[in-house]
Amino acid sequence: MEWIRQRLDKIREPFNKGQKLEKYAPAINALDTFLFTPNHTTQKGAHIRDAVDLKRTMITVVLALVPALIFGMWNGGYQYLHQLPEYANGVPFLDAFIHGALKIVPMIAVSYAVGLGIEFAFAIFRGHEVNEGYLVTGLLIPMIMPIDIPLWMVALSVVFAVLIGKEAFGGTGMNILNPALTARAFAFFAYPTYMSGNTVWVSNAAEVDAVSGETILGTLASGNEVGYSAMNMFSGMIPGSIAETSAICILAGALILVLTKVGSWRIILSAFIGAAVMGMIFNALPSMGLEGNDLTNFPWYLHLIVGGLAFGIVFMATDPVSAAQTMKGKWIYGFLVGFLSVMIRVFNPAYPEGVMLGILLMNVFAPTIDHYVVQSNINRRKKRLKNANPQVETA
Amino acid sequence: MSKDIRIKRGLSLRLEGEAEKELVKAPRSKTYAIKPPDFHTVVPKMVVKEGAKLLAGDEIFYSKYTDEIRFTTPVSGVLKEIKRGDKRRILEVIIEADSQDAYREFGKMDASKADAKDVKERILESGCGAFIYQRPYDIVADPKDTPKAIFISAVTTAPLAADKGFIIKDKVEAFQEGINALKKLTPGKVHLSVDDSSAQYLKNIKGVELHHVNGAHPAGNVGVQIHKIDPINRGEKVWTVGVEDVAIIGNVFLTGEYHADRTIAVAGSEAKDRKYYQGTIGLNVADLIGLASDDVRIISGDVLTGTKLSNNQYVGFFENEVTLIPEGNNYRMFGWLPFTYNNIHSNSHTSLSWLFPNRKYKPTTNLNGEERALVVTGEMEEVLPMDIYPMQLIKACMAGDIEKMENLGIYEVAPEDFALVEYVNTSKIEIQEVIRLGLDLMITEVG
Repeated sequence: MEWIRQRLDKIREPFNKGQKLEKYAPAINALDTFLFTPNHTTQKGAHIRDAVDLKRTMITVVLALVPALIFGMWNGGYQYLHQLPEYANGVPFLDAFIHGALKIVPMIAVSYAVGLGIEFAFAIFRGHEVNEGYLVTGLLIPMIMPIDIPLWMVALSVVFAVLIGKEAFGGTGMNILNPALTARAFAFFAYPTYMSGNTVWVSNAAEVDAVSGETILGTLASGNEVGYSAMNMFSGMIPGSIAETSAICILAGALILVLTKVGSWRIILSAFIGAAVMGMIFNALPSMGLEGNDLTNFPWYLHLIVGGLAFGIVFMATDPVSAAQTMKGKWIYGFLVGFLSVMIRVFNPAYPEGVMLGILLMNVFAPTIDHYVVQSNINRRKKRLKNANPQVETA
Repeated sequence: MSKDIRIKRGLSLRLEGEAEKELVKAPRSKTYAIKPPDFHTVVPKMVVKEGAKLLAGDEIFYSKYTDEIRFTTPVSGVLKEIKRGDKRRILEVIIEADSQDAYREFGKMDASKADAKDVKERILESGCGAFIYQRPYDIVADPKDTPKAIFISAVTTAPLAADKGFIIKDKVEAFQEGINALKKLTPGKVHLSVDDSSAQYLKNIKGVELHHVNGAHPAGNVGVQIHKIDPINRGEKVWTVGVEDVAIIGNVFLTGEYHADRTIAVAGSEAKDRKYYQGTIGLNVADLIGLASDDVRIISGDVLTGTKLSNNQYVGFFENEVTLIPEGNNYRMFGWLPFTYNNIHSNSHTSLSWLFPNRKYKPTTNLNGEERALVVTGEMEEVLPMDIYPMQLIKACMAGDIEKMENLGIYEVAPEDFALVEYVNTSKIEIQEVIRLGLDLMITEVG
């Protein structure tokens, strides 16, 4: 450890204050602080500080994503291989995993390389340190894409998400929309043929004859019979975006987020409640004498485990920057995310998955929700002032 | 009759190195100092020159813009040096002490019977005006104001802080007289809050509204108590006085002399003789702890709100404790990995330290990270037991948005109330400084 430290101190010499490469210090700092928590001590204010820092928080989210990612790699291979005649008797775990990993690892590499490149450039340009937020965003982006999406599309989506979604608003902490969802929305609207339909969700679908690769929501939207059991949906052995399919793995991630208090349990819980309520309303339509369709009659509890709803709620809706920031606001925000996601899902046949649009819409409204929550606090204060000295005019 | 206040949100840090409850006399320092920077916004105007012979209680400077506030010397002796910093700002007024204090005679006065005007004048001429602080803004109170109430907190919750009950136990008589005097300064109530320790000694104090406070830090902060008892509205002013300072004021009336007694707890994992010392305001830290090595941080005050001292500097005017903790200027490999380095306390659950609530920690001054943008939400609310949105207020302060700051409750807070917020903050932003600058902006813009 000492040896690495000494080497590192030597490497970073030209980057120190007053040296030639000072301008590029954020780049070397990012590497340095990745290896070592720096020796900075408190100068003003509290002399002692909590052990937590943003790196730790973000890495915790990455850890929470790992179960879903590993399952996604396996499922990516499985969905393709089990339709081939030579695997009719079952797909070995390793074959499936390797097939998926070969597709997904390059996507992650491209996403990190492009995204971190832009982050570093902006850090140097703006003269601040590299923020860790992209560690999560960079992993999320490939995880919510179809498995066969070309790498250049991943790269372009990343560029759009980081530049327009984040840096244009002032960088980490200032963005209004969740950057990962911004990337997906970009890809969805720019390259719809790669992002929807019934062939993109299974790897190499074009090679397979008579592929059954439609997502469940797609199947329902087109009025066909769903060929998967609830257990399939819960375990995630269904076609879909890379990491969205397994409710079990997502729940494991949610558990990590909630136990470490990194993700807001208020948002997760209220979003599931919101989705369930909307689902139940649709389920109740026939009893009110209205005839629903396959989507409205789809049981509400299955709505929670199919499609990207669970993944979106657990990992995207809880993004602290783009979510509501007040406690009460989080309840309202979460509920509406779930409620609107199922509503969009059912009502809009053009977008069989509603969670992306549901969350993006609520991202836009989150500041408004917060505004009203904070305003009630302000009004309370003004009322108190009025009661205390009636002669003071309240503006 | 006491009223109960329970504080639920907060964080009581358990740290190694509490001071033993044993009171010893501090050795007499050669030199004592009054540091004008201890009195935020006060611009000192000297009335004596270097070499002047002084009695304890003699005026040495006054506040340039509020000339009723006078500052007096805590010991008798010769004014040795006026230490100046940038732009000739006065940093320390150093007095070489006589071996035995001689006091200026103010004359005894029965505060409960005297005229309010005389009481106020006595407090000001003895230099005790410096002990009276004002909220909003957390600055020395302007004697021309009439506060709506006066608040005194005898509740100890800050980490390793001196126990206020222990400090006051032998000074109850002077404390009562101090209360009698303070009662004359306000048409409203004098609120005294106590915890289990200080209640033993202060429960029979007359002329106060007694509040029994329990809960985690920052329950002991007077700002939190004001917020729960009688919150400050725009245009209102309340005054606050420290527990031992009330006794000093009382002593001026009882004895006619200014006895600037200060009990100081020496605490922290690096301190050797962890005891309570009976000394005098402005004593030299070296006389309490000797010379500390470079890898020790000397803090005048507690670990959350104190100021950093070097060897041979002087303990702050208001501080009841000196805390010594190790400097943390070391690197930690992969310190960002969750669930590692669990020996460092964390309020976040990304460390396993929360599984051991009874463990005592030995914190260093390491920042445990680097400054980042504000990202994580919800962590600040957990340790600020006020009906205030901390993150929104901090952002308003950063932006200098006066109307927003006012709306969000800037009048009700002081930097010390945000000390824990600063401690738990993932983004390592110096929040107490942000709040202080916000308050300063309010002073210049609103007044």
